[in-house]
Amino acid sequence: MPKHKLDPNVWVDRYSDYLFNFTIVRVNNSEIAKDLISETFLAGLKSKDNFKGEASERTWLISILKRKIIDHYRKINSKKGKAEVRMTYNDEESEGDWLEERVSDPYDKTAEDTMENEELGLAIFDCLDTLNEKQATIFKMKTIDGFDTEAICNEYNITASNLWVIIHRARKAMAECLEKNWL
Amino acid sequence: MKCQEANHVCDKSQYNEAGFWEKIRLTIHLIYCRACRKYSSQNKKLTKTIANSDLKSISQDDKKVMKNKLQEELSK
Repeated sequence: MPKHKLDPNVWVDRYSDYLFNFTIVRVNNSEIAKDLISETFLAGLKSKDNFKGEASERTWLISILKRKIIDHYRKINSKKGKAEVRMTYNDEESEGDWLEERVSDPYDKTAEDTMENEELGLAIFDCLDTLNEKQATIFKMKTIDGFDTEAICNEYNITASNLWVIIHRARKAMAECLEKNWL
Repeated sequence: MKCQEANHVCDKSQYNEAGFWEKIRLTIHLIYCRACRKYSSQNKKLTKTIANSDLKSISQDDKKVMKNKLQEELSK
């Protein structure tokens, strides 16, 4: 018997932000990222019957998304016609000066930073998964999207003190979870 | 100030929504309350961690578009 089941109706709410953060570090363009995610959901729907229930829904969607990202890279590469080696120079004067390029740029994010950031992002999402759906959504809206208290209250038809109770519980759980898994 | 209120003010100040006097009273409370000091530092750490992670999210509108596309496909 399959352990996991697919429920396409909740995909967007449950996984789109997770997939978005996974994609954005790889394609560096939010519009493209959104398109790829949308395609991923549709592709997931089409190959729904191939889902064996061995992996979680999220892992399964990620595996489709990965293929979409690779396809995307193939596409932009074939547009160029042929593989090219790109060299960037800071200004015309240093053009061709290869030694210049070997000096590290302190403002450039290193691969380690990006990787660590991504891992942290995924750890946060894993912790968000441990909250209940309402807590997670409201916490995300308030903390990541920076919505006003009032806007959230209107959207969910709750009072401000309700909201703060939810936020308090979410923050407590998040802090404990991240402490265990990350810090 | 009671602990419950102190925690509430601490939560609010993570979103810059605590008032000036509230913050002063929280500071005073923290001087003698160890439990709230702990919560307060944990809370600040969480704020910092999330700020560092540079997480992005998809806007509600874009999510609606995605949902509609998915619904369309589902109803086929």
